[in-house]
Amino acid sequence: MQYATNQYEGMLAETTLIPGHHGDLIGAYVARPMGPGPFPAIVVIHHMPGWDEWYREVTRKFAHHGYIAISPNLYHRAGHGIPEDVAAMVRAQGGVPDDQVVGDVAGMLRFVRALPQCTGKVAVFGTCSGARHAFLAAARVPGFAALINCWGGRVTMEPSELTVNQPVAPVDYAKDLQCPVLGIFGELDSSPTPAQVALLEQALKKQGIAHEFHMYADAGHGFFYYDRPAYRQSQTMDGWKKIWAFLAQHVTG
Amino acid sequence: MCTMIATQITVAGTGKAGNGWFELREANVSYDHPFEAPFDHALNIDFVNESLGPGARVAVELDVASARRLVACINAVLAQADQRGVLGE
Repeated sequence: MQYATNQYEGMLAETTLIPGHHGDLIGAYVARPMGPGPFPAIVVIHHMPGWDEWYREVTRKFAHHGYIAISPNLYHRAGHGIPEDVAAMVRAQGGVPDDQVVGDVAGMLRFVRALPQCTGKVAVFGTCSGARHAFLAAARVPGFAALINCWGGRVTMEPSELTVNQPVAPVDYAKDLQCPVLGIFGELDSSPTPAQVALLEQALKKQGIAHEFHMYADAGHGFFYYDRPAYRQSQTMDGWKKIWAFLAQHVTG
Repeated sequence: MCTMIATQITVAGTGKAGNGWFELREANVSYDHPFEAPFDHALNIDFVNESLGPGARVAVELDVASARRLVACINAVLAQADQRGVLGE
């Protein structure tokens, strides 16, 4: 979004508690443009390192671009502390259960759609494990208008990778997807590998699901993260352009 | 989580974090994304005491070669101590 220098701009961003799976209150960071709207919305699902500063920033970035953005703390039940300590605890517990994540994201969708300043059109975005969770939510919770999968690992899974918490490969729910999918990947990534991305694309094609996948050269896992050595500036800037264009096409209108 | 390769063992000992020493009860060993080390994946060891909350944690993130050297080194030191008859088990 290009802002004119004399244009009003304001944003409200704060943490709150929103009912998630089984009605449990979980933390959520909500950022929204000031004004009556109506604004489209996006649920922003954090990555394996937790509900961290990067996710705060990205949530505000979506609000800056005109979306009501909600980032739930999927690790809320593990306790509280600095994000990486909480994430380390969840890592040791084998990750959060998929069913719980789906319930939490469904709660965010209900919450945002009930806001008077929301258009009712809601996308779901995630990176890394958050993209895997976004895929699951988009497939299992009816009502999302678009899915953005940024380098989601373990969307396709070997039977040996299935666990009690993750008992079904997300790709097995591809038939239930009812929204278009944007995929942003790096060809140097080891999770997902380009071969795994190809398998996912094959599954979407088989189900006739509209999608656009972008596989970036000289980019690995998490290449948007400016605080990691994997950061790739030009690929990241192009990736964000793809995201804004995709949202404008499927969610804003 | 991107690999989900993680195992927990119980341990007895102490660890030192920012707030000083605390009792250790568990060690979590994983091969997954590190938080700080500049690798896609690392061998992560978190020495923790879960009863004290997420902050009771001493963390290390190692590359694979370092992790293998550490395992060999621990075993060698224990073997040496055993040989000298000073291993208290």
